[in-house]
Amino acid sequence: MNDLANKALATADRAVVVTEALTKQFGDLVAVDQVSLVIREGEIFGLIGPNGAGKSTLIKMLATLLPPSSGGGTVAGYDIVRQSAKVRGRIGYVPQLLSADGSLTGRENLLLSARLYCVPHAERAGRIAQALASMGLTDAADHLVQRYSGGMIRRLEIAESMLHRPAVLFMDEPTVGLDPVARETVWSHVRELCATFRTTMLVTTHYMEEVEALCGRIAMITRGRIAAIGTPAELKAQTGPGATLDDVFAHLGGAELESEESYRDVQRTRRAAREHG
Amino acid sequence: MTSNAHAAPPASTAEIGFGKPILDFATQILAVVGAELQKLRHDPWELVTRAIQPVLWLLLFGEVMAQVRGLSSGNLRYLDFLAAGILAQSVLFVAIFYGISAIWERDLGVLHRYLVSPAPRSALVIGKALSASVRGLAQAVFVYLLAFIVGVEVDVHPLNILGVVAVITLASGLFSTLSLIIACIVKTRERFMGIGQVLTMPIFFASNAIYPLTLMPAWLRVVSSVNPLTYTVDALRALMLTKGVSEYGLPLDLGVLMVTMALLVTVAARMYPRMVI
Repeated sequence: MNDLANKALATADRAVVVTEALTKQFGDLVAVDQVSLVIREGEIFGLIGPNGAGKSTLIKMLATLLPPSSGGGTVAGYDIVRQSAKVRGRIGYVPQLLSADGSLTGRENLLLSARLYCVPHAERAGRIAQALASMGLTDAADHLVQRYSGGMIRRLEIAESMLHRPAVLFMDEPTVGLDPVARETVWSHVRELCATFRTTMLVTTHYMEEVEALCGRIAMITRGRIAAIGTPAELKAQTGPGATLDDVFAHLGGAELESEESYRDVQRTRRAAREHG
Repeated sequence: MTSNAHAAPPASTAEIGFGKPILDFATQILAVVGAELQKLRHDPWELVTRAIQPVLWLLLFGEVMAQVRGLSSGNLRYLDFLAAGILAQSVLFVAIFYGISAIWERDLGVLHRYLVSPAPRSALVIGKALSASVRGLAQAVFVYLLAFIVGVEVDVHPLNILGVVAVITLASGLFSTLSLIIACIVKTRERFMGIGQVLTMPIFFASNAIYPLTLMPAWLRVVSSVNPLTYTVDALRALMLTKGVSEYGLPLDLGVLMVTMALLVTVAARMYPRMVI
């Protein structure tokens, strides 16, 4: 794995996310185990793997929500431990759970983000209007978010996380609980954003067709470790002739499918799915 | 700022205004308070329903206890004496359960959105405290109205009103920040409810809210002299009532409240990010 990471680093025009032996332990459980990874500017990088494999924990460490147990990393050039506030100023994060506030309108949610990120006052109204328009939410801007559909909420959350033009956008299962049409709408907006702002994106998902359509490179995580990394085509070729990404997933992560996914994880995922659905 | 070995320097499009930290700090506090105000505007009924409790205390408890000789304090009628106490109590009751909304936000995912923003944790905590103050001030409006109706001799001098606003802002902020700290420790709503109930009783009864300290046994007087609610009530009594006098003096009252608030904010700012886990 390190060879691949080094190769990526060597060929990188700009590395935006770099981790070195990044590790997170919760008591005896090693949730993320010595993950070393390089993601280049403009890449859409997918993290796949069974529930409880450590994808969310990895993203939370990169987003500075969780301190690593050992190892480290940089995001947008800043150290995720020592310069966490600087990192937070340069990233967007769309959590798996519901993060838009249902008792505010879409516009108010965007204003909240604009203020938290200190978007210059003169640019606020313009950026909010533009964000609403680009996400197809202009008509619903002044409705309470609790009346939004799941897809609309996700689009709003992505708009919120992009208002300050982050260098990296982290998205943790952004399409969980959405119907296929809503999923496609979310992704088409995401692709557009990435193209417009050259945003680097790190995304986790369970939908292999999304990975295939969206991601330039993917890493398969099992038991907190990178089991495989490369382009979708490379991973399929490694698994066997005619293999699909589902096969890759089953091959590398199959044994984990009945793994120790905690009750709380399930509860949270279901709640998120319900809120978004 | 330490340089780092392996990642590219931040893009030149960095737009977070770190150059004007105080203005940004204020904007980030405003972000939190502004969102709270917008929520209350969408659903003001919460404020009205919360006003029922102080009404009951003043009308039921107050009218009966006013008949008990020996309860009157100094030159004040008991109902006047009680009015300031009930104002402080209603502020306390609203603020002490405020932490539950933080747990609720954690469970939903909204907390992640705040914590992943570059806003200093102290700005978030102060924003939360001031949000509670807004609710406390709304309570004060109801208590004042009621006080007029039952004939309490209320001082309406603008400076006194301003003083009451300051004391309630501080007291609400103080008790809600204490509540936030407890929320960070217990982490679940069920446990919080239990602790909240247990806390309210001693804070309320070991204070001068509904009877003068002179009625207390010596040990209880010691307890109440380290109770911030005692200083809140003392200040409110002096500011709210035409014949009210402060036992400790307003500078000491305000000093105690401000120092306690500063301490609690410092602690809460350290603990708040740990709620994510």
